[in-house]
Parts: sequence; structure tokens; C-alpha cells
Amino acid sequence: MSTIALHDEHNHDHADHGHHKETLISKYIFSMDHKMIAKQFLVTGIIMAVIAMGLSILFRIQLAWPDKSFPFLETFLGKWAEGGRIKSDFYLALVTIHGTIMVFFVLTAGLSGTFSNLLIPLQIGARDMASPFLNMLSYWFFFTACVIMMASFFIQTGPASGGWTVYPPLSALPTAIPGSGMGMTMWLISMVLFVASSLMGGINYVSTILNMRTKGMDLWKMPLTIWAFFLTAILGILSFPVLVAGVVLLVFDRSFGTSFYLSDIVMGTNILPNEGGSPILWQHLFWFLGHPEVYIVIMPALGISSEVISVNSRKPIFGYHAMVYSLIGITVLSFIVWGHHMFVTGMNPLLGGVFMITTLIIAVPSAVKTFNYLATLWRGNIRFTPAMLFAIGLVSFFISGGLTGLFLGNASLDINLHDTYFVVAHFHLVMGSAAIFGMLAGVYHWFPRMFGRMMNAKLGYLHFWLTFIAAYLVFFPLHFLGLDGVPRRYYAFTEFEFMKKWLTVNVFVTWAAIMAALAQVAFLWNFFYSIFKGKVAPQNPWESNTLEWTAPVEHLHGNWPGEIPTVYRWPYDYSKPGHDEDFIPQTVPFSQTMRSNLPHDFEGNTEAEKIQQDWELANPVTENKG
Amino acid sequence: MSLRKFITNKTTAALAVLLTVFANTSVFAQDAAAGAAAAPKVDMGEVYKSVIFYVLVFLAICLFIAIVGKAIRVYELSREAQGKPVGINWNRVHASLFALFLVLGLYGVYWEYTVHGAMLLPDAASVHGERIDKMFNLTLIITTIVFVVTHILLFGFSYVYKYSAKRKAYYYPHNNTIEKIWTIVPALVLTVLVLMGFLTWRSIFYKVEDPNNKPLQIEVTSEQFKWSIRYPGADGVVGKKNYKLTTASNTLGIDFKDLKSRDDLMADEMVIPVGKSVKLLLMSKDVIHSFYLPHFRVQLNTVPGMQTIFEFTPTITTAEMQQKTNDPNFKYLFYCAKICGSGHYNMQKVVRVVSQKEYDEWIAEQKPYLNDDLRKQFNLPVAPKPVEAGSDSIATDSAAVKTNQMALNK
Repeated sequence: MSTIALHDEHNHDHADHGHHKETLISKYIFSMDHKMIAKQFLVTGIIMAVIAMGLSILFRIQLAWPDKSFPFLETFLGKWAEGGRIKSDFYLALVTIHGTIMVFFVLTAGLSGTFSNLLIPLQIGARDMASPFLNMLSYWFFFTACVIMMASFFIQTGPASGGWTVYPPLSALPTAIPGSGMGMTMWLISMVLFVASSLMGGINYVSTILNMRTKGMDLWKMPLTIWAFFLTAILGILSFPVLVAGVVLLVFDRSFGTSFYLSDIVMGTNILPNEGGSPILWQHLFWFLGHPEVYIVIMPALGISSEVISVNSRKPIFGYHAMVYSLIGITVLSFIVWGHHMFVTGMNPLLGGVFMITTLIIAVPSAVKTFNYLATLWRGNIRFTPAMLFAIGLVSFFISGGLTGLFLGNASLDINLHDTYFVVAHFHLVMGSAAIFGMLAGVYHWFPRMFGRMMNAKLGYLHFWLTFIAAYLVFFPLHFLGLDGVPRRYYAFTEFEFMKKWLTVNVFVTWAAIMAALAQVAFLWNFFYSIFKGKVAPQNPWESNTLEWTAPVEHLHGNWPGEIPTVYRWPYDYSKPGHDEDFIPQTVPFSQTMRSNLPHDFEGNTEAEKIQQDWELANPVTENKG
Repeated sequence: MSLRKFITNKTTAALAVLLTVFANTSVFAQDAAAGAAAAPKVDMGEVYKSVIFYVLVFLAICLFIAIVGKAIRVYELSREAQGKPVGINWNRVHASLFALFLVLGLYGVYWEYTVHGAMLLPDAASVHGERIDKMFNLTLIITTIVFVVTHILLFGFSYVYKYSAKRKAYYYPHNNTIEKIWTIVPALVLTVLVLMGFLTWRSIFYKVEDPNNKPLQIEVTSEQFKWSIRYPGADGVVGKKNYKLTTASNTLGIDFKDLKSRDDLMADEMVIPVGKSVKLLLMSKDVIHSFYLPHFRVQLNTVPGMQTIFEFTPTITTAEMQQKTNDPNFKYLFYCAKICGSGHYNMQKVVRVVSQKEYDEWIAEQKPYLNDDLRKQFNLPVAPKPVEAGSDSIATDSAAVKTNQMALNK
């Protein structure tokens, strides 16, 4: 109770914080407050997501109606859509930039950047990040990376168009595709800035979690969100530098005539002087980041959904330790599975066998997580808030997309599925849709914490159902195209007789995609409207246990007026028998909940156990405890 | 009192809006009906093409949603004002929607499996492909069971355990036995899949060559955006290449100083005899492409500067496949599966699987790479004109090569 009483006084404390004057610029632009930086990441991420979604609609239009002309495309795209039809080169640019933006700018920075920044200090009880300045730099490097990436749409030769994996030699030779000229240079610069940004962020997250936890917050009392962000940050720190190394070598190959990735190349009859390099090297370097990157994308989403599902089921997350260990397992294993992207690239087949084994092992911790989610729902008391809906959607996508991973992770099956629509369907479900749903669950859940206002729940419901249905309508049929041997990144299906039977499916998928895109208008309206006009949020709208809900609704630099609250228990004491409410915040000491304490709670502390026993003897249990 | 006033205002406003909308639509409908009566054929094509039309449609939908939202709000507020329990139990709504989604979704999956599942590639037409298909089916069965069961649990729990103020959730933080079970069971299932996959993979890529029955070598070279096919001549081995020798007439950069090159043949399509092992030697001139031959479950990237090798044995001829698929126009194709530039979507060649006899006839008709132009370039004596007789040309050609070799060995 004491903590809640404390917050009522925050208005008085607010004056104390007047000593460092906040100007418009220091508050909203070059802010060093983790909450503001989180909002900056989120809004930038949302804008980038809208752009990337727009790009996907453009290429979906091309796929659905390859021989129709759309004059409005020419209005917007000019020479890239002459006569109202998207050109083949530009189609590849669209898929490339769509992938790059979604993977890096939306699902890495927008998801991890937003929620790590917001929740790490608030949930572990810190006043801010370990290095607020580095944190600010992290955002501005990210912002610059976004600007440079988008700027590549405004140059003569167009943006990078070698696919988001930018395999050389295609990405190294401007003669191979126009996008590999200036556009590719900008892609590389943007990526270096982005990696710098995520390293600054990651180092900050790790050091904050390790050093700045409040009193009583030991590692095993951290919410699963924090565990997920922690392990994600470690993954990023260890894998992103490898991408930079690869990128620098590619810059050298492109601009300074080296041959790291190039050898024996003849463009038409033009014999290039490069000798001795190997395009496979890039693939190793890229996927050494690229595969952990997949988990960098999905782990924060899993962390968020763990928290959201537990809160809204009014039940402790099932198997907290197993959840943490499976996250650790995924983290470790994700470093030794990158080769499954390269089964048929000409890598030594011996390696193919090894990578297949490690890849399928990683399915075990993923399965454990899924079953634990299901067990958490079992006999819960489920409140379907918009956040909860999205978290359930995430579990569904994670199952559907994860299972198709068993096909692709199997080297023998991958031979025929590699680079087909099956892959597209697989990763759009498991890391695209699932991670986006995790992000949206996070936005709906922590919006009150971010902006002090509530979002409109009914628009959230509408948003969820439209998006959930549309996402399945878009991605489920695509599996079958892949199984029929339709390769991805095909500009049109018109040149192959056997692909013509899929044209109607393409039209259907495009309409579903348009429906999904329009459904996001419900979200965007809700989000931006609620920032200014939403209902003012109560202190703890979801009746949640974690620390962030003890901080005052109105933000203040330093998060808590007065002392930082002390933590006494794990974050998942929901519906504990013997307690009159169905949640016990982490800040409530066991001495105040004698009736509901369990022997397990004291972690072998004999003194505390004795006190509890004495109390129980003195207060015999009256029947009907729960 | 003010609340009540507010509600009445809202109600009237909402009603007014609803009325206007209905009135408008009915007016439009009448107009349309009148229009239809007057001029039965109005070309709406232009209208459907215009962006503004769709923007207006979308705005109309938004308006409709806003009206529904307001109506719900009015309903809820009026319930509240009357002191009745909350208007709509959203938890119940969502629980039911999840249940509905489960039923419809499972039906949708069934529909997809049967309808789209019937549109897929026919059974594998190669020896290793049959093993791959077997593995695929096993994996499909396992994943489908897991998919259906977990989704029934997920949406089923969502339906059954929806919020009720009367109930308290069951405090159940962990159960080590259950957790062990669902760690070990997936691990075991995966072990089976891994082992099978590993053995299949090994059988595909680690082949022991039988010296008495050497596979047929075919070299495929990719470039933007076409494939070139080279068959070995009588010696059964394709000769060396050196990319530095590439010229307009020697587009593959074949090194004709290598004797094995001189009898090599070029082909417009890939023709392979059924039941005979084929060893594909894959190369790329410019960027990475991928040689994808889905009917035979063959795919391997072609990488500049590195030769990749895939060996397979076709089991079904094109003619047989035409019967099997009931499609007289059926053709095996190989095409590019790795993004390689603007022409990526159209980079294909036909593969014909034929009997050994047809193959022998066909290969005899193929022209050698080494033409007079190239002979001059490589300072080789120009060969006498080959006899214009189909089946003999191969023999004459190898004879020509022999004379050349002798000339060279001098």
C-alpha cells in the first residue's frame, strides 16, 4: 500500500525536477530520457512500417495484375512505372527495400528499440539507462539510417535491388542491375549507421540490466520481457559487428577494386579483373548476423507476449524458468544455425548435414515456449484486451510459421523449397506476422505507460480481427505456390505456363493484403488520436504486477518521485490462492500477504519459512481459501 | 441529467446520420435504377480504374465503421445510465470469435490442403526425389497433427477460459514433469526427422561412383538471363574452361587447348536418358543464379568462380509424365530461383527425359562448340566439312578431333 500512497504525491515532487530546464529541443528531439527515446523509436518504426507496407502493396498489385496498367502508379513513381506498369528492376527494388525496412528498421529498431528503452528502466527499477547520451545517439543513428535508406528512392538509378540479403556479385556490380549503383552504396552506409545504432542500444541495455536493478530485483525476479530484451541485446552485440565486417568488405569490393567476394566474372563479354574471392563468403558473414537477426526480431515479441498473456490470463506464466532457459537455448543455438540459409548455395554438403542438426534442435526450445503459453491459458481467467488478442495471434502465427520451419530446416527438403514462395510464407508468418503482432501487443499494452492515455479498445478489436484474418489469407496460400515450385522474387508469373494457375490466387492474396493494409488505418487513427485525445490512463489499467505500473502516470525524468520501489517477489503472482485480489505487485512484501505465501516463495530462506510457519500455526487456515 | 441530455443528443445525431446514409444510398439506388432503365449499358470501366473511386469507397467504409462505433457507444452509455450491466460482454464476443475462427480456420486449412494441395508438382521424377517426397509426407503428417492440436488447444482455451468475474484463475506456476515431457517428446520426434533428413542428404550428395557405369556429364552455365548447356563429346568428359578466354564467339570461355573440349557439344535443350545417372556441373558467368529443376527435386546455386555439382537419376520420361499428369503439353523445365536481375522471372529451359535410344539419336544431331571461327582463334587446323548426315556426324566429329589432336601433338 505504501507505494501506491506515494504516487499521489507526485505532483509535489514534480516541482523538484524543474532544476534542469527542459526546452522543446531537449525534451522532444535530443532527449536523453529513455521514455521519450522509446516513443521516438516507436513513431519512427511505425512510419517506416507504413512505408514498407505501402511498398508491399505496390508489388502485390504488380503480381496480381501483371498486364494491367495503373495510371496512378506512373503519377507517383514516374519512370519506374512507365505506362502505369511497374518495371522489373523497380519491382526488385521494392521487394529489397520492403525486406530491409521491415527486418531492420521496424522489427529490430521499432520493436526492440521501443520496448527495451521503455521497459528496461521501468521494469527493473532504474531511473534511466546506464548511458542516456549513448541512448540518444542510438536513436539518431537509427533515424539517419532511415533517412538515407529512403533517400535512395530519389536518385537516378533507384534503390538497392539485389534482395534484402544483397548477395554479391549482383549487389557489387552496377552493370548487373541499376540498383547496385548509388542505391547500393546508400544501402551499405545506411546499414553501417544502423548497426552502430543497435550496438549502442544493445550495450546500453545489457549494462543497464546487469548493473542498475533496484533493490531485491535479482535476475530470477525479472519479468520475461526483460529476459528477452537482455538476451536479444547480447545476440545483437555479438552478431551485428560481423555484418559490419561483411559490409566493409563489400564496400571495398565495390569501390576500391578488391576481390573479397568476386572472382571469375564475365559480364557479357567484359572480363572483370577480380580474382580469388568467393561470393559464398558474403553469405557466411551475412547469415552469421542474419540468422541471429531472426531471433533478435522474434525474442522481444515472445517476451512481450509472455508478459501480456500472463497478465490477461490472470495466471502466472507457466514454467517461468523453462521460459528463460528456452530463451537462453535459442540465443546460444541461433549462432550455429546460419548455414541452413545456404544448403543449396554450393556450401560443402558436409556442413549442410551439421547445420540441419543444429537447426532442428532449435525447434525444441521453441516448442517448449509454445506449450508453456498454452499451459498459461489453461484454466486462466482470460481478459481479451486488444493486447491479449494480439498476443494470442502471435502464438498462432508462431506455431504455424514455426512448423513450416521443420520443412526448411531439413536440408533434403530444402533442396526443392529453397527460394520458393514456401520460404516467403514461412518467414512472413513466423517472424513477420508473429513479431509484428508482438509489437502491436506491446503498443496496446504499454500505450498507457508511454502516453498516459488509453487507446480505444473497440478500434483495437477491429484492428486485430481484420489483421489476423487478412494475414492468414495472405500467407497461408503462398505455401502452396512454393510447393508447386514457384520461386520468390519473380516479377510476373506470365512467362511460365504452369504458374498461370496461380494468377487467381495472386489476385486473392493481393486483395487480402490490401485489406490488411487498410486495417492498419484503424490502428494509426487510434494511435495518433489517443496520444492527444485518449481517455486519461489510470495508474495500473491492466492490474499488472510489474514495476512500471508503480511509476506515476505523468512522466518525469527519473521515473519515480522519491525512492525507487523495492522488489520482494517475482512478477507473476496472479490469482494466488489466499490473496483477496487476483494480483500481487512485485513491490508488496511477503509480510503483507501472509495468507497467500507458499513455502516455495522463500527460496530456501529458513528464517522466513519459520516466520511463515509460526504465523500459519497462529492463524489456522479457514476453509475456502481461494 | 446532463448525461442523459448527452445521450439523447448522441442518439439523435447517430440516428440522423444513419437516416441520411440510408436515404442517400436509396436515392443513389433509385438513380442507378433509373439510369439502368434509361441506358442499360453504362461503361463503368473508367470509374473502377480511378483512384478517387476507391478512396471514396474506403472513406464510406470508414464512415460506416464510425457510425457503428457511435451506435455501440450510445447503446453502452444508455445501459449505463439505466443502471443495467455493461452493454456488450466483449470477452464473450472474442471468445466466440476465436471459436468460430477455429472452426472456419480448420475448414479453410482442409480446403487449402485439398484444393490447392491438388495443384502441386506431381510425384518426384527422380530416384532421390522419391526419398525426399517420403520425408516430406512424414514431416507434413507430423506438422499437421501438431498444427491442428495446438490450435484447437489455443483457441479452445481462449473460448473456455474467458473472463468471468465469478471465477479466479488457477494458480499453477509450473510442473516439472509436464515440462520434461514436452521437452523430450519434441526432441525425440525431431531426432527421427534429423536422422532421416541426414541420411537422405548424405545419399544425395555423397555418391560413390561406379567405374563401369559413369554418370552422364552435362555442364550448365548461367548468365543474365539465359542458360547454356554443354554436353561432353565421345570422351564423356566436358573440357576445361577459362573465363579469361571469353569472347563474342566463345561465350563460355572454353579452353580448346584442352583436348577434352574439342568434341564438346552445345544443346538448346537438356535431353537426358531415363534411368541413367546425370551429373550436372553448374557454373555461372556473372552473378549467382540457381539451377532449379523442381520435378526432379534438384536445386543448386550456380556460383561464379566455383563449380557446383548435383547428381540425380531421372525415372519418368516426359511422355510418361504427360500421361500421368493428363496434360499433353507437359514439359519439364529448369529455371532460375536466385534473384539475379531484371530478367530473373524468365530464365528457363526445357528438359526432355527420353529413352536411351531417343537420346542416342538426339545427341548425334547436336553441333560441336568448336567451329571454324574458334579453330582460327586457337590456331587449330580448320577441319574438313563434316558429312551432312545426321547420325554419322558424331563419329566424323570425333574423327576430326583426332586429326586435330595429331596435328597438335606434332
